[in-house]
Amino acid sequence: MAVPILKQGPWLIASIQSALTDTDVLRLQDDVMGQVGRYRSRGIIVDVTALDVMDSFVSRSLRGIAHMTRLRGAETVIVGIQPEVAFAMVQLGMKFEDVHTALDLEEGLAFLQSISKEPDDGG
Amino acid sequence: MGEPYRVAITTDADVVTARQRARSMGGELGFTSTDLTLLATAISEVARNITAYAGEGEVVLRVVRGLNGREGIEVIAQDDGPGIANVELALRDGYTTGGGLGLGLPGARRLVDEFELQTTPGEGTIVRLVKWGRDVG
Repeated sequence: MAVPILKQGPWLIASIQSALTDTDVLRLQDDVMGQVGRYRSRGIIVDVTALDVMDSFVSRSLRGIAHMTRLRGAETVIVGIQPEVAFAMVQLGMKFEDVHTALDLEEGLAFLQSISKEPDDGG
Repeated sequence: MGEPYRVAITTDADVVTARQRARSMGGELGFTSTDLTLLATAISEVARNITAYAGEGEVVLRVVRGLNGREGIEVIAQDDGPGIANVELALRDGYTTGGGLGLGLPGARRLVDEFELQTTPGEGTIVRLVKWGRDVG
């Protein structure tokens, strides 16, 4: 099932709705990369609240999104990792330290706003 | 010993089916949500190895009872794929022949209580996992 991606000002918000197959995850990667260029987005939030499993493939793919969008000048924040999922990721040995994370959508938006530079309006 | 529940693994959607089925079986046994997640994640790793390396195979789920009366879920993931040439390396963190992170098998092993791997190059691989429920009362 495709993950809906909403454009909100300079941000893109991808809200994962249900369990993802590997194919869905790869499609999300492509869709986000396409929309970052199309909308000149400065930041992306991927909301994983609905995910009950983040195995090595999903984790690696989300990290891939973060790295690829950074190369395009946009920062990605992964929000909503559930406590059990976080526990499993640590046991699995998944390293996520080079990826921004936040508790939820609200915190994720606040983070993006905090790191985005003030527009230089010549004032 | 419950009836085995078999999930044929041929596509990535079957991987999701297998772990969701295990989650519901574990839920019926009263597994904690953390244990359900650990089990589902481990199944995801071993089932993905089937689609990634063997193309097809199956995951067999069964309720098992331990000597101490505890109930658990046994997972057998089997395929007739190429097998694993070097088991020791395959169980080492960061080793991969598939372009991934090399966390699948060693990671799955850390997520469950029992882990056995039988493989014959050219014939296939069987991974057996067990996750035990917590003692109650």
